Parts: sequence; structure tokens; C-alpha cells
Amino acid sequence: MSSTIASTVNSQATALPTPQRVAAPAALAYGRKERVSTSGIWVGVFAITMSFAAFSSALFVREGTSDWGHLTLPSVLYVNTLVLLVSSLTLESARRALAADPSENLEGTRKASAWVLITLLLGLAFCAGQFHAWQELRAEGIYLATNPNSSFFYLLTFLHALHVFVGILVLVYLAGRLMASHTTFRRSLFDNTAVYWHFMGVLWVYLLLLCRMKL
Amino acid sequence: MAEGSVEQAHVHAPPEGFLRKYVFSLDHKVIGKQYYALGLVAVFTGMILSWVMRIHLVWPAAKIPGLELLSKVGAPGGVITPEYYLSLMTMHGTLMVFFVLTNAPFAAFGNYFLPIQIGAEDMAFPRFNMMSFWVTFVAWVVLMLAFIIPDGPPISGWTSYAPLSAVGKDAGPGMQWGMSLWGLSIAIFCIGSLLGALNFIATTLDLRAKGMTLMRMPLCTWAWFITSCIALLAFAVLLPACILLVLDRHAGTSFFVPGGLVISDRLQPHSGGSPLLWQHLFWFFGHPEVYIAILPSMGIVSHILINSMRKPLLSSKVVIYSMMSIGFLSYMVWGHHMFLSGMNPMSALAFSFPTLTITIPATVLTLIWLGSLYGANIQINSASLFALGFISMFVAGGVSGFFLAQPSIDIYLHATYFVVGHFHMVMGVASLFGVFAGTYFWFPKMAGRMMSEPLGKLHFWITFIGTYCIFMPFHYLGLIGNVRRYQSFVDDFMAPYIGWHKFITIAALITGAAQFIFLYNLIHSRFKGKPAPENPWNATSLEWSIPSPPPWNNFGDKHPIVYHDPYQYGVKGSKGDFVMQDSPEQVVPASGD
Repeated sequence: MSSTIASTVNSQATALPTPQRVAAPAALAYGRKERVSTSGIWVGVFAITMSFAAFSSALFVREGTSDWGHLTLPSVLYVNTLVLLVSSLTLESARRALAADPSENLEGTRKASAWVLITLLLGLAFCAGQFHAWQELRAEGIYLATNPNSSFFYLLTFLHALHVFVGILVLVYLAGRLMASHTTFRRSLFDNTAVYWHFMGVLWVYLLLLCRMKL
Repeated sequence: MAEGSVEQAHVHAPPEGFLRKYVFSLDHKVIGKQYYALGLVAVFTGMILSWVMRIHLVWPAAKIPGLELLSKVGAPGGVITPEYYLSLMTMHGTLMVFFVLTNAPFAAFGNYFLPIQIGAEDMAFPRFNMMSFWVTFVAWVVLMLAFIIPDGPPISGWTSYAPLSAVGKDAGPGMQWGMSLWGLSIAIFCIGSLLGALNFIATTLDLRAKGMTLMRMPLCTWAWFITSCIALLAFAVLLPACILLVLDRHAGTSFFVPGGLVISDRLQPHSGGSPLLWQHLFWFFGHPEVYIAILPSMGIVSHILINSMRKPLLSSKVVIYSMMSIGFLSYMVWGHHMFLSGMNPMSALAFSFPTLTITIPATVLTLIWLGSLYGANIQINSASLFALGFISMFVAGGVSGFFLAQPSIDIYLHATYFVVGHFHMVMGVASLFGVFAGTYFWFPKMAGRMMSEPLGKLHFWITFIGTYCIFMPFHYLGLIGNVRRYQSFVDDFMAPYIGWHKFITIAALITGAAQFIFLYNLIHSRFKGKPAPENPWNATSLEWSIPSPPPWNNFGDKHPIVYHDPYQYGVKGSKGDFVMQDSPEQVVPASGD
């Protein structure tokens, strides 16, 4: 970045390049904007990780108390896990289809939009599946306040589903942009949505293991 | 075509219309001022609350005019009930810690100057930035609602310890809806702060101008960057804590409330929760919060001192590394707030050690400031006076931390006025001195007008002496055994020391009144002050290379190029003894003739 600019701390001997103030070309700002959203998404992922780490440590503290019981996880959760993981693969396929054919050639865009739609459906299926799991527990008479195990289960799964839902909203936007003709959008938006979506998968696997082992 | 492409390069279009310009503005400078204004409202509210509390402490039967309008139950006839004293105290603490000490030094000045100092046109995500302010504003409104509801504000203190904070109305006045509003307000505040921190980090990492390497960033930029990293982690933990608290209060869960708990003769319908869990989560946020409050002030003060001394600090790098290590260590010490919670003495030792370790970078910072001041020909003005005052407060308030960090001594001092004196000086007043210094220093840039120097100096001397008069006696009272959060001392064992308390109250009234000098100076100078030149302090960083006040896109259509380290003072340049960061002039050290 600063390779053309000599350090001037002890630069009596160093000749400076001809100074100039230049108007930045649009492409520069474009490139920056992409970098910014990449940093933004990773910082966001970090913050979400920290929040779930806080919930986890709360769980570890609460686990040691007298009324900690056991919660048998509804088996639909395992199907949901598979759905969410497959949706990561489909979104990755969409990303690669677009990356392989970044021109305005229709082929890449068409492939990508198909994959995004599949991802979207899988994401919705995951949320529906989570909802089904809650219904199943409710049918057994297990509610949020029934015992600490159920409290943590509802809390963690609900907050995760909420984050997935935000991802779904972005996917809807992406699908819309891909299918509309003559539109351009930032590739970084696509890549960063994929980062977020994959992270939701990883977070879910962690939460499932946590619930499975601790609740 | 060329013009078109430049237009595209702007982060957002020039604002049009009243709403976009002043209310829902995307401009980081307007957002910074909004944060400052919110902080100003909160700090005067908090200060007036402290006046009321101080008056009640020494004259418990005093009728305070107008107070009855606020709460008929809490202050019948203007005389505060013991419970209402606690309500006011909770609001004082919450307003000051969240809406003043987090907003003013970090969000207000950071928003305004971080992008300019790194040569950016705006924050990385202007829309998130606008959202972060308005979310914070909603949090403030929700908190202030607690004054209006019949229940009144909660009596829990700003730390809202469980289980009393988690059980509802049995815990006392204000603990039903007031406490819920508190929990909601802080949860909302967390979201706003997280958005803000995310923005600061992405901006610093990616929007630096050409030539602005990390090590060429001014020290206050560094401080805001490190603070945003701390805030990101801290508020990401407080938010879950507030969610759990609200669930315990309203959804019947038992995260914090143990079984078999009887409060106000009623068995609470909870089982098995852990009150200590709240303390762990809260202080995991709470201690870093102290550094969220003070690190920006450290940066601001360094920035201003260098300018007034006309020479760089002994080592800017060591200042940066010290601030980093303070930020890192701040996460390992939360247990020192809980020495008396019944924790294992070995854990207390484990928390005591890193706490004492923090004093090393803090001392290094102090020595660098003092060592740089040694022999310096410092220009005395309101900004540099407050910067020097900051160092004084930081040392005077910080030294008592050595004592409190040791579990054996803390057993005696815990929850006494010694602790109150300690954190008011080091976290409260020292941070505010940084804010005052920053205000006197940057006001010309922000408003395009100079502030009155005589009024600024008057403000400084009354505040400086007054603060010592208020908080130094706190330490002695604490040593005598004066417990905090008691509403009156007139008829117990502290009665012989009521004279001390009266002295403190009078000092607080005078010091508080001096803040109206500041407010007058601020408002008067805004409209009637002498017009400010572009660079009134002959400073070197980028904010002084653009007009006062800056245009909406900061640098116009030019993108600055940075050639120098931030503090090229005491060197030969065409403008005198300094060379600006974006000046292509070659630097010749003054001593190297």
C-alpha cells in the first residue's frame, strides 16, 4: 500500500517521490468497499461467536446446579443438521458457478441463481424443521421454563434460527438480484453471505454437539 | 466522465433535506455530534442526580424543590425516601457509565475524528453507523421511561445483581417494571455499541488513506481502534446476560434465581439458578467497560499533550503496545470485583495477579507522559490543562487500585467509599477530563469557532480542585468503614464524620455548578465564538488539513496521501516547527542542524 512512499522518520538521505494529490478513480473505492464488507462480516462472525461463547459458559455454570436434568433431543434435529450442511454445499456451488464465469454471460448467472434458490429452500426447510422440533417438545409438555435444560435448548436453538433467518433474508435479496436482468452487484456481497452462511452451519454443529452432550 | 467516476467513489451522496442532514444523517461527523449531544444530556442528568443524592445524604430531611413532580411516592413533599435514593443512584450510575463514559470519549469523538484522521471519507458502513446512534438513543429513551412509570427506576444499582434483579416486584420499588426497562435498555444499548464497534474496526482496517500505515495513525485513532476491539467482545457478552435476565423476569426461567428463595415473605417460583452467574457475565463485560471508558481518553490526552509540548512522546510505539496490553489484560481480571462473593481463595489469587499486572502498562503510560513532559516547554491552554489534569486524576485514582487488587485488603475495603472514590476518579473523572480536553481541542474543528479560553481555564481550575475535594475524602471515609449505597449516615456510627460528608456535598455543588460554565462556553462559542482557522493549534494530523468545520465529504474530491508519522513536531518545515502528515515536505529534525 505504501510501497511508493518512503518512510520519513529518519529520511534525511531518502529522496521522496514527487508528491501529488490525485483524485481517486472509482475502481479504488470499489475495491475498498469489497474489503470493508469482508472485514465487516468476519468481525460480525467474531462477535456472534463471542455471544454464543457467553451462553455456553452460562450453560457450564448452570450445569453444576442441583436441578440439572436431561433432555432427549428430538430426532428431527439430525435431519435439520443434514439440511443445513447440504445448503452450505449448494451455496458454495452457486458461488463457484459465478466465480468461474464472472462475465455477464448468462450461463454462470443462471446456474448461480438456481443454486441460490435451492439454498434458500433448504434454509427455509431448516427453520421449519427447528420449528417442528420445538412443537415436538411442546407436545411432550416441555416448555422454555420447564427445567434448565429445556431453557437452554429453546434459547440456543431460537437464537441460532434467528441468525439463520437473517441469512435467508439476504439470500432472498441475492436471488432477486441474480434473476433480474441487467443488474450488477458486488461479488463481495455474495462471498460474504457465503461466509456467514457457512458459519451458521459450523455454529449449528457446535450447538448440536453441546446440546447433545450437556443437556 | 471523470467527474462521474469521482462522484461514484463517494460513500454516500451529499445530504439533502433537514432529516438527512441533521436527524437520520449518514455523515459520521453529524453522528459524532449526536452522540456528543446525547452524552451531554445524560451527563447533566446524572450530575443533577448526584447533587440530589449528596444533599439527601447530609440533610436527609431536606425538601428538594421540584422533586415531588418526578415521583410522588419516591419523594413525598420533596423528601427522598430511602428506596428512592437507591433509584436515583441506579439511574446516576447507568447514565454515567453507559450513556456518558461509553458514548462521549469513544462513540462521539471516535465517530467524528477516526475517519478524518485516517484520511477516509466516512465510516465503513454509514447506514450501520446511523443505526448505532439511533439504537443507542432508543436505549436512552427506554431507560428514562423508568422515571415516568409509577413504579419508578430500579433500586438495584448499575450492576443489577441477581437474584434481586431477576425476581420482580418482591425485590422492592422499581424492581417490577423499572428493572425490566433497565434490562431492555441495556440490551438495546449493547446492540448499538456492537454495531458501532464493528464499524470502527472495519473502518480502521480498510479505509486508511494511501501512506497511512497502522503505525502512522495518531495515538487517539489507535485508542479508538483498541477500544472498539474491547467493546466488541464486552458488549457481545453483556447482551446474552441481559437476555437471560429478561427471560428470568418474564419467561419463568431460572438462570440466576436459586430455589427456595424467600423475598418479602414470598417463596420465589424458581429453582436451581446461580446468582453468581450474573456477576461473572456482568463483570466479564464490566471490567473491560472501565477501559472502554478510559482508553479513548488516554489517546486523546496523548494527542493533545504532544501538540502542546511541540515534541513527540518518548515512544509512541510503547504507548500503543501498552494500550493493547491493557485491553488484553482487561479480560482476565473480572473476578476482582467478586473477591467477596464466596469464590475459592485460589481463584481470588488468580484474578489478583493479572489485576496487579495491569498496573505495569498503566505505569509505563504514565511514565511516558511524565518523562516526555520533563523539560518540555508546554503551551498552557484549556485543552492541555485538562490533559495534564487527566494524568493527575489517573495517577491519584489509579494508585488506590493497587490496594483493591489484593484480596486480603479488599475484604476490608469492599463496597466502601474507598472503592467509590477509586472508580470515580480513575474511570469517571479521568475519562471526563479526556472528554473536556478533547472538546477544547477539537471544538474549533467541529464548530468552526474557537471556545473562550478564560472560561475554559476557570472551568478547569474549579473542576480540578473540586474533584479532589470530592473524591479524596471518599477514600478516607472508606478506610473508616463508610459503606457505599447507604442513604444516610446521620444516626449511625458514621455520625461523627458527617462534617466530611457535608464538605463533600458542598464541593460537589460547586464543582457541578462549574460545569454550567462549560455548557455556557460550549453554546455561546458555537454561535458567537471567534471564527476558527483551519489549523489553530499548528497540529500535524489530517483533521487539521481540511476546513473548519469540514465539508460533508471531509476531503472533497481529493484523497489525501500520507507521508509522515503523525507527530512531526520540533522539526523544520515551511509552516514553522511542524510538518503535517500529508505534507510532502522532507523532514529535518530541529536538533540535526
